[in-house]
Amino acid sequence: MPTKLSRRDFVRLCAGSAAAISMTGFLAPYMSEAVAAGAPSVIWLQGASCTGCSISLLNTVHPDIKKVLTEVISLRYHPNIMAAAGDLAIQEMFKVAEEGNFFLVVEGAVPTGADGLYCTVGEQNGHHITFENLVKTIGKKSNAILSFGTCSAFGGIPATPPNPTNCKAVDQVVKDVPVINVPGCPPHPDWMVGTIAHVLLYGIPELDTFGRPKMFFSNIIHDNCERRQYFDNGIFAKTFGEPGCMLELGCKGPISHCDASTRLFNGGVNWCVKSGGVCIGCTEPQFPAWPMYERMAEMPVGPATSVTVDQVGIVLGGLAVAGIGGHLAGNIATGRIGPKKEDVEKEGDN
Amino acid sequence: MAKVVVDPVTRIEGHLKIEVEIEGGVVQDAWTSGTLWRGYERIMQGRDPRDAVQIMQRICGVCPTSHCTSGTLTIDDICGIEPPPNGRIIRNLILGSNFIQSHVLHFFHLAALDYVDVTRVKSINVNIPPFQPRYEAPYNLPDDINEFAAACYLDALVARRKAQEALAIWGGKMPHVQSIVPGGVSEVPDAQKIFEFISRIDELIAFIENKYIPVVMAVAQYFPDDFNLGIGCKNMMAYGGFPLEEGPDHVKKNKFIPSGIYLRGQDLAFDPAQLAEQVKYSWYNDDTHGQTPDKAVIEPNPTKKDAYSWLKAPRYNGSPMEVGPLARMWVMKQKDVRGLGDKAFSVVGRHFARAIECKLVAHELKKWALELQPGQPVCVPHKIPTGSEKVGMGLCEAPRGALGHWQQISSSGRTAVYNAIVPTTVNASPRDERGVQGPMEQALIGATVKDVNNPVELVKIVRSFDPCFGCAIHVMTPDQKTISQFAIN
Repeated sequence: MPTKLSRRDFVRLCAGSAAAISMTGFLAPYMSEAVAAGAPSVIWLQGASCTGCSISLLNTVHPDIKKVLTEVISLRYHPNIMAAAGDLAIQEMFKVAEEGNFFLVVEGAVPTGADGLYCTVGEQNGHHITFENLVKTIGKKSNAILSFGTCSAFGGIPATPPNPTNCKAVDQVVKDVPVINVPGCPPHPDWMVGTIAHVLLYGIPELDTFGRPKMFFSNIIHDNCERRQYFDNGIFAKTFGEPGCMLELGCKGPISHCDASTRLFNGGVNWCVKSGGVCIGCTEPQFPAWPMYERMAEMPVGPATSVTVDQVGIVLGGLAVAGIGGHLAGNIATGRIGPKKEDVEKEGDN
Repeated sequence: MAKVVVDPVTRIEGHLKIEVEIEGGVVQDAWTSGTLWRGYERIMQGRDPRDAVQIMQRICGVCPTSHCTSGTLTIDDICGIEPPPNGRIIRNLILGSNFIQSHVLHFFHLAALDYVDVTRVKSINVNIPPFQPRYEAPYNLPDDINEFAAACYLDALVARRKAQEALAIWGGKMPHVQSIVPGGVSEVPDAQKIFEFISRIDELIAFIENKYIPVVMAVAQYFPDDFNLGIGCKNMMAYGGFPLEEGPDHVKKNKFIPSGIYLRGQDLAFDPAQLAEQVKYSWYNDDTHGQTPDKAVIEPNPTKKDAYSWLKAPRYNGSPMEVGPLARMWVMKQKDVRGLGDKAFSVVGRHFARAIECKLVAHELKKWALELQPGQPVCVPHKIPTGSEKVGMGLCEAPRGALGHWQQISSSGRTAVYNAIVPTTVNASPRDERGVQGPMEQALIGATVKDVNNPVELVKIVRSFDPCFGCAIHVMTPDQKTISQFAIN
């Protein structure tokens, strides 16, 4: 694979997310070179999704989406973008799958209820194809599956109780194939393009326990939040549109892993908390199991179990998070609790 | 009787399938079926009603702003509150910016490849996947215009991204906005944001006027047959959008796009009480049949006999209605669109109305941004009432048509019933209890298909509605299979 950029430098670029400066623009030439030299192509499928992940991909700034579509990724199947329809499209997809050497991107959860009938995505030889079957069939042949968005990574909204269609995350449905989870509702375009770049140029990136690339999902929103000073000083917004930490209005920043607070969205113009909104924890496996606009008290950590925020701190193994639990328990007056955490699953330079 | 299958239909949002029967090259009958069900309304049951702001906007990543607006309006309605002027204006800026991104995305990235011939483009390399393979059909644009349109396709990628940046200035991020909240918005206006917003809108206006509208006009000129394609039911419905004043009655207050009905050739006032949903041919139990939207409770039944769609059949006073930019511009009596007369009810008419609306909204956005008053409040406090059941209605306009959410809360202040009637449900609805086809089905009937192996006319009709669901079209192949076998077995 032709590349002059070391993996170490690449990961550093990805993780060092200065606001409004996207790293992937720098990578575009390397990716174009790789694609020209026969790098794997990409099949992109949509299941129980809202297309938001695709729309977010179109918002990529560096590299420009024009470049991404025409040079950087060999996108062989995408339901929203491709010219072909019907049989022509389905045949193309199976052709690419037969050729092998491709990555499968999945957007949306996999409905498994009613034998998969809650989502059919096409037809072959007069028979409908359920999304569940398609993900299994195509997934097995892929080099790796990239689950883009919280629905495909963890089940997301469609899998929320009562989970009417028995939706599952992709890695619950397809075994024996590496799966990379890039959650977010939707994921930042840099997380998606960056992950594609990593697999094309270097293979599977280093992942955390939830299968997320560490280069994007190691930090906690709260640690780098522009409203952090309000929190440390015990100033909390009571209604929307006010200055102050958003915790009382329902912010889930203290338990949310991603770099949105430093990377910012949409070309760096804004992000969730900057706009006076709350973080809703959309990159977490439990999303959206909590009320969006109520102060977090207990957190579900798995089926039928929940813990207090103090316990979450222990679960996450971070002093700062435990400190937040302390704040929530009413110890705001004590000010900053515990040393600032420096070692939140720091990306290894390997 | 020839049957053709196109499955899936790509370049739309979501999952839909359509079947048609063709005789003598003309479509005799058609069936449209939504093929994805997620049960969002069920997921809302028992939750904090305010979660609708976040959960329900995730119905759709192309127009989350509209679902967010409608969902929030149900809560405003339940709480009996209304945003202050800044809140009203910023909600309009968010919704309007998304009209621009969605319309540009739709025409260039979803529809234009039916008109632009990528194989003849010389200046840029688009004769590759995902632009190939494609249906072979007449691509009539002359070389120079074809070249220009292809360049516009790529420019449009940048334009729609800029529209989302403009939106995110007020919305926090896009897709899925964070700043729309019960009682108003959370983003606070200042001069810097207003200027940043207007500078982007100026660029977008230049794109719309110099590229979007000219390419639509070229399509109209070189594909004159498409004025006779996809006629449909000719009944138009708009709930109205972009309120221009404060006032308690959300339906009647003055809005930039007014509410209205055009039924069997007559202009009428819109009355939400005339809406009802029918489920005879939908995969839901029949006990929800004919319910008004605030009462509908959904029990899925994916093996129901004779049913062929996850979409219900919303009807207004018993009639199928078309919604979308054409309906809005028609009801608004916009002179260019009404000036087309009956030709407006066509594939090209819909593209034209969408482009005109895009231009009108863009110009208004600049004006509205300058009406913002930095320093004044953006929202009012809210409290979910308890002690009795309440119902809230949230009507607005999505890029693809009239959108309504209804939410009923229990006496303990939790969501009891949630129902959303989305524009594509109205447009792509299946038959109703009288067997009358939905608007898109009617638009397909009568279409001339020149080559059943390249049925580009059918996908053009479907795409002209800008449908929003993962979609699969069945135009049945000549193997005499029954519709029901295709539908579910």
